[in-house]
Amino acid sequence: MLTRRRDVLLAAGAAVALSLGPARAEDTVKIGLIVPMTGGQASTGKQIDNAVKLYMQQHGDTVAGKKIDVILKDDAAIPDNTKRIAQELIVNDKVNFIAGFGVTPAALAAAPLATQAKIPEVVMAAGTSIITEKSPYIARTSFTLAQSSTIIADWAVKNGIKKVATLTSDYAPGNDALNFFREHFTAGGGQIVEEVKVPLQNPDFAPFLQRMKDAKPDAMFVFVPAGQGGNFMKQYAERGLDKAGIKVIGPGDVMDDDLLNDMGDAALGTVTAHIYSAAHPSAMNKEFVAAYKKAYNNRPGFMAVGGYDGIHLIYEALKKTGGKTDGDALIEAMKGMKWESPRGPISIDPETRDIVQNVYIRKVEKVDGELYNVEFQTFEAVKDSGKTKK
Amino acid sequence: MTSVLTNLFDGVAYGMLLFVLACGLAVTLGLMNFVNLAHGAFAMAGGYVCAVLVNHTGWPFFAALPLAFVSSAVIGVALERTLYRHLYTRSHLDQVLFSIGLVFMSVAAVDYIMGSSRIFIKLPAALEGQFDVFGVGIDRYRLMIVVICGLLTAALQLVLARTRFGSRLRAAVDDPRAASGLGINVPQVFAFTFAFGCGLAGLGGALSAEILGLDPYFPLKFMIYFLIVVTVGGSSSITGPFLASLLLGIGDVAGKYYVPKMGPFVIYTIMIVILIWRPNGLFGRTVTR
Repeated sequence: MLTRRRDVLLAAGAAVALSLGPARAEDTVKIGLIVPMTGGQASTGKQIDNAVKLYMQQHGDTVAGKKIDVILKDDAAIPDNTKRIAQELIVNDKVNFIAGFGVTPAALAAAPLATQAKIPEVVMAAGTSIITEKSPYIARTSFTLAQSSTIIADWAVKNGIKKVATLTSDYAPGNDALNFFREHFTAGGGQIVEEVKVPLQNPDFAPFLQRMKDAKPDAMFVFVPAGQGGNFMKQYAERGLDKAGIKVIGPGDVMDDDLLNDMGDAALGTVTAHIYSAAHPSAMNKEFVAAYKKAYNNRPGFMAVGGYDGIHLIYEALKKTGGKTDGDALIEAMKGMKWESPRGPISIDPETRDIVQNVYIRKVEKVDGELYNVEFQTFEAVKDSGKTKK
Repeated sequence: MTSVLTNLFDGVAYGMLLFVLACGLAVTLGLMNFVNLAHGAFAMAGGYVCAVLVNHTGWPFFAALPLAFVSSAVIGVALERTLYRHLYTRSHLDQVLFSIGLVFMSVAAVDYIMGSSRIFIKLPAALEGQFDVFGVGIDRYRLMIVVICGLLTAALQLVLARTRFGSRLRAAVDDPRAASGLGINVPQVFAFTFAFGCGLAGLGGALSAEILGLDPYFPLKFMIYFLIVVTVGGSSSITGPFLASLLLGIGDVAGKYYVPKMGPFVIYTIMIVILIWRPNGLFGRTVTR
């Protein structure tokens, strides 16, 4: 027993020594990619991982003379895990960036670590406005819910929708979506007849949908996180809300490209405001979608684009610093950076380090027998309006 | 008014489903006095078997349902013979630790094999949508659940109360030594009962994929619900868990509809109130064992 315990200790010691060894290598840049690869948000993590791998295939794994080493970790979207993993990555693996973050609580859990360690945290998925305010080292390449919710509210007012019932997931992004929508919609003269918050972990929408149906609104405003949209639309059709003439509007999360094609014809005609559609008509996007489909046999969604742009931002920041991995220099390099993404032109706001991008109004239509979000109106260079007023 | 009836119907369907899922647990916990927290894992196994058969090999849904039952029962009997029976005489803590370990293993295994996202079972078109009966929206799928589960409950009650096997089972539970002295093969009766409970869970798992959602975390997510059904219902008969399931199903749906802000808590409130009123459950035995 005693000898066995000593063996274990020895092995553990050896493991620590090994893991410390290559971390000192000066010519690699390490990126800790923390995303949910298991659990309910797994589709987010898989899309981001796919997109990052695709980008590195296309652009090579060396930048400014440094080799890029991505360390993928699964946090299952549980913030306690995120924090522990981020700490291990920073302390043991000596990563130069932390990136990913499938949900808002995960991004927030890592924020104090980024500040303390002075390394950039690139948020590729989470969408609550406050995130970038929680550390001066955070930059975001996904979106904020304020961006799309305010735009769809204005659109609804202009297009004769007067009474809206809302159904949103009961956590920070859902509340952001609801508050920004309500503010803009009621300011424009609309009326909210019913507000329902559904638990994040509740796949049975039936009683909530029944309540929506009985409230008889012109449309229902829906926010559920990426991955739950398929289930929602299925139950929406089953309850006959489509036949009752209640349209779905909302930020585009519910019409995630990842799931859209399996939703069936009930999704047709749904109008959402969002930052990316796989049907975005640019040459760059066509190339991106084709490459992604070829590699993973699936359509990229907005989470994949967040990951693709996130790794691009890291590459470009490294180019600008000439390969130097000083956290302050890197985050400084990221500020104000502009580039063309598969979703259209985007930039990083130098003041807030948040993303500035076009928001598109799209309608679900059939293109070549498949369902797509077809964009028909563009709001250019939308900033996040959800920052704390100073 | 009509929406009240629609809600009531949805609640009954939800309750019936909970009952089929949990009644196996009521049997193992109440009759065999074994704490099997891994019950949900058998439900999940049935659900995944059904999903694979229907989605990948093109079996018709109604043919896959009995197979979900059979496969869970077979897994159940295999585990009972190899693992569970060693724990019948152990303390409840050992049983809890063992079965929760089994849950984690099943979660990891299914996640590895089938992936972590929620899966759906392709339903025949006849089961989709709603139809109106005097203005009351009746969901076809939920109607099917009510019919299947109602028949099962009646059959179960008959078997337990009226057949020779039922009386053997009750005898084996009350006093295993005397029962085996009378020539009843107690281990066999237990194995069969256990397998049947697992089979029911498997069937419930297949039926619930549409309503509760089927993913690798199913056994953990719904463990609480199963335990609530058994504690509220009391574990001395199957009438208790049946009524408890209905009460919880209707309470849950009505809570989500009428007080959406409080929705998820209604089911727990009902449980607390009932347990304060009757600590042994609605139909509990007066003497705790």
